[in-house]
Amino acid sequence: MARKLLLENINVPGIHTFDVYRQNGGYRAVEKALKTMTPDAVVEEVKTSGLRGRGGAGFPTGMKWSFLAKPEGRERYLVCNADESEPGTFKDRYLMTHIPHLLIEGMIVASFALGAKTSYIYVRGEMMPQIRILERAIAEAKNAGFLGKNILGSGYDLELYVQPGGGAYICGEETALIESLEGKRGNPRIKPPFPAISGVWACPTVVNNVETIAAVVPIINDGGEEYSKIGNGRSTGTKLISASGNLNKPGVYEIELGLPVEEFIYSEEYCGGIANGKRLKAVVAGGSSVPILPANLILKTINGQPRLMSYESLSDGGFQTGSMLGSGGFIAFDEDQCIVRNTWNFSRFYHHESCGQCSPCREGTGWMEKVLHSLENGHGKMSDIDLLVDVSKKIEGNTICPLGDAAAWPVASAIRHFRDEFEWHVTNPKEVMEHNYGLAKYADPLPKLEEVASQN
Amino acid sequence: MSDKVKVTIDGITVEVEPGTSILNAARQIGGDIVPPAMCYYSKLEGSGGKCRTCLVKVSKGSEKDPRPMPKLVASCRTGVMDGMEVQNITSPEVIEARKGVVEMLLINHPLDCPVCDQAGECHLQDLSYEHGVADTRYEFDRRTFERIDIGDKIQLHMTRCILCYRCVYVADQITDNRVHGILGRGDASEISTYIEKAIDNDFSGNVIDVCPVGALTDKTFRFKNRVWFTKPVDAHRDCPKCKGKVTLWYKGEEVLRVTGRKDQFGEVEDFICNTCRFDTKNTSDWVIEGPRHISHTSVISSNHYEMTPLPVIKDNPILIEANKIEFDRATKV
Repeated sequence: MARKLLLENINVPGIHTFDVYRQNGGYRAVEKALKTMTPDAVVEEVKTSGLRGRGGAGFPTGMKWSFLAKPEGRERYLVCNADESEPGTFKDRYLMTHIPHLLIEGMIVASFALGAKTSYIYVRGEMMPQIRILERAIAEAKNAGFLGKNILGSGYDLELYVQPGGGAYICGEETALIESLEGKRGNPRIKPPFPAISGVWACPTVVNNVETIAAVVPIINDGGEEYSKIGNGRSTGTKLISASGNLNKPGVYEIELGLPVEEFIYSEEYCGGIANGKRLKAVVAGGSSVPILPANLILKTINGQPRLMSYESLSDGGFQTGSMLGSGGFIAFDEDQCIVRNTWNFSRFYHHESCGQCSPCREGTGWMEKVLHSLENGHGKMSDIDLLVDVSKKIEGNTICPLGDAAAWPVASAIRHFRDEFEWHVTNPKEVMEHNYGLAKYADPLPKLEEVASQN
Repeated sequence: MSDKVKVTIDGITVEVEPGTSILNAARQIGGDIVPPAMCYYSKLEGSGGKCRTCLVKVSKGSEKDPRPMPKLVASCRTGVMDGMEVQNITSPEVIEARKGVVEMLLINHPLDCPVCDQAGECHLQDLSYEHGVADTRYEFDRRTFERIDIGDKIQLHMTRCILCYRCVYVADQITDNRVHGILGRGDASEISTYIEKAIDNDFSGNVIDVCPVGALTDKTFRFKNRVWFTKPVDAHRDCPKCKGKVTLWYKGEEVLRVTGRKDQFGEVEDFICNTCRFDTKNTSDWVIEGPRHISHTSVISSNHYEMTPLPVIKDNPILIEANKIEFDRATKV
């Protein structure tokens, strides 16, 4: 069994209550940090651990914390981004439902490190049960003296609030989240200034994902050095993967980063292979916004190396042959799934969720959705495929926030890797309505790379 | 050492105050290198960054940190740094991106210029003329909305709107309570008043002036005339509410409409009140200052009145000069 840090006690009955959580070693990190460490030491510890943001971008958390401006006389805020709404990602909801005190504990330690007197957990509006669970957990922690004034006699005060969002995907973008938290329309702000300089109510703010904050707890308990030994290269520690799709055992798994993708899909410890004895066709490795990869490229990199579940290995090969770890939303497609339909579905989501602030994303996502819809239903033209590539290029990189990129990548990558299937949709409009394209050559072993003749 | 910072845009160096945006630095240089702006409005705080037509490439960040910026940036919201080098029309990447943005802006625009009051002074028209492509690749239904009356003087035709948010900022900053804003999101978002409540404010008429397209139009002027048949004349009056400096648009003896004085970037010098705009349409109300100068590239100057009509012969120096500009424009890029 691989080592579990976050979900170690997940099966203990009643772990969502304060007493059981405390008996199982909970809130040790708070005691250690507040009683024996300075805030800077906590930040240093997180830096040593090499923890990277678990929300998608993978930015080193310690660095992010040390960028926080600390002007005199200004409040600082820590905001936990629990607006998890990426299709395929459901790890944060799982964590908050079953072990809410882990998040609360992480919030206390992280707020202490950043010197925040008030912290927020911004929860997506649809997650009403989780909001109630968190509020209950906060009340319990407060009752036990872990929140409020003078925590554990250390002189440190912290108030923790749960803020329900309106249920918009865009509010998971940190500046849109801040706007929404302030009570405005959740439109992303133009950066710079970054939230570390001017965030909530123009005060320095750090926004972290739920899992990132939860991971601070084992880092403080065991030490950053120990944490950095787990994992592979610059991808340290463990990661929650939300596995879904045509798998025998879908669910949330905690893996050590660096686990081979093949093992993750096929081993009995994890997903247990593809459901109903079918073959794997494609995988979206990190939530809907990352490029989709065919079966042969997800199991092996273009150089023939086994692909690992880590930030580096999944993005090996760049956008030509690689993908991204993203937020860990692992979606597997078997041979009977239609990639065009899936791309249309993703595109429909981004069309629906675009905030409408900047023009390329507002108009482009709708355009792509309409073109994909006609392709999927056999009304497409050959030129539509190139049009989609062109539109996605016009959106990518030209928008205020990464939602434009997130909308463009799945479309561009699906066409890059599954062009045959798109063309089949154009040339066989009748068959499209009757059956799917099938596996074709997408699981074939990769061809050997041509040797490039050296220049001299 | 002076306090000013040096910035180079398309090879032209200019010294500007620190904190100036790239767009404003380019405007100080002037000419073709000024990026177009559909949503930025220098008099409205916080505007800009949305339409993405002013994207430029920063090929050198600053003297201290010469790394180029990884993505194209919105020039209206990016401040200059000392030693910054910016590429606008010299970068094929920028031209390509801008073309894309113009295409995106136009896919849901009705292109009903022949019946639109804004035609002739429409920024989207200029923009698509200069940067757009002649045909559309969009084959689906465009979004349409019902026309909404915002008060008895202003009409909102959302179908034409490009969601630049300028009118929202006007209502926020010029008038004292905003009752209109953006409803919905994505390409279904629309400008609307709160439950269609009329804007009742002395300065609400300014939303017409800031609108870059024909989405917000003056109901007292709607369908009265094409702008290029009217003659703009600067005038002022003693107004207790605003500065009273306006442009009157004449057709014959009649004042068809009153607007703020727009500069070459389409921004008004001063916001004017509704009394000046809608209620004082007699020459006797105003002190005439003289004809308004309109750039000769504008269609409004097609029936020129500032001077006697130019003799249409080939050796007229002004025509030769104008032809040269036209030739440059046609052969550019």
